[in-house]
Amino acid sequence: MIKARVTVTLKNGVLDPQGKAIEHALGGLGFSGVDSIRQGKVFDVVLETSDRAAAEAELKAMAEKLLANTVIEDYAVEVL
Amino acid sequence: MKAAVILLPGLNRDRDMIAALTHISGEAPLTIWQTETSIPDDVELIVIPGGFSYGDYLRCGAIAARMPVMQAVREKAEKGTRVIGVCNGFQILLESGLLPGALMRNASLKFVCREVKLEVANASTAFTQGYSQGQILRCPVAHHDGNYFTDADTLAEIEASNQVAFRYTADTNPNGSLNNIAGIVNKAGNVLGMMPHPENLIEAAHGGSDGRALFESALGLVDA
Repeated sequence: MIKARVTVTLKNGVLDPQGKAIEHALGGLGFSGVDSIRQGKVFDVVLETSDRAAAEAELKAMAEKLLANTVIEDYAVEVL
Repeated sequence: MKAAVILLPGLNRDRDMIAALTHISGEAPLTIWQTETSIPDDVELIVIPGGFSYGDYLRCGAIAARMPVMQAVREKAEKGTRVIGVCNGFQILLESGLLPGALMRNASLKFVCREVKLEVANASTAFTQGYSQGQILRCPVAHHDGNYFTDADTLAEIEASNQVAFRYTADTNPNGSLNNIAGIVNKAGNVLGMMPHPENLIEAAHGGSDGRALFESALGLVDA
């Protein structure tokens, strides 16, 4: 079994109204040093294979086909 | 012209859409469940209604776009069959790559349910020929993720090839959409996606009928 993590984040230049709202809320809580915050998604995936290279290729395909919308999002695959 | 309405779990505007199509064409549309892998040859208009398919999990329309029926919709669209996606249907068409761009969370972060004004930005599409260029329509919207976004190059291309069918008037843009975009067509002009709900303004009982000409156009009931 291989454990992996796929992280999906908004591309640079894509407005993130949710990130902005979180930024404001943090300011309201007294965290004054936040320059910016962007919201993203994390997928923890457990694969049945033990082949790390195959796992990585599979996870990339999953990200391209479903987990990320590459019009607005970037993704990173990390085999743990 | 035979119409078909695509059904997916979580859609909730399907009955409004079926009622509108039946009312305008005089014939009830076929309904096609998400697991179907083909759509009959004689269907000339496919409509994907609004709602919350798959609970909006992952991204609005993302999971619906990967269901078998969407491959069948793609095949028909490539052959020139007319396709309309309204609200969640628009999100599904974008997620399936049949239209360019993406719909992000509304700039206000709030669900908006109200009436907006739409400008007919291109009255020469198969879906808008019943309107006049620049005509201002009333139309309801009800969505949380209608903020149209795409990269600058794609946006320029969409504008240059007159793919914007409808724009919100600047003072009624409910979601922060780029260039006030409310609805676009694909390059071939046979696929339309839009956030507002024309099916909810087609007869006097709705308080107006500004949405009616869209279906009349799509169903081939107006003179081109």
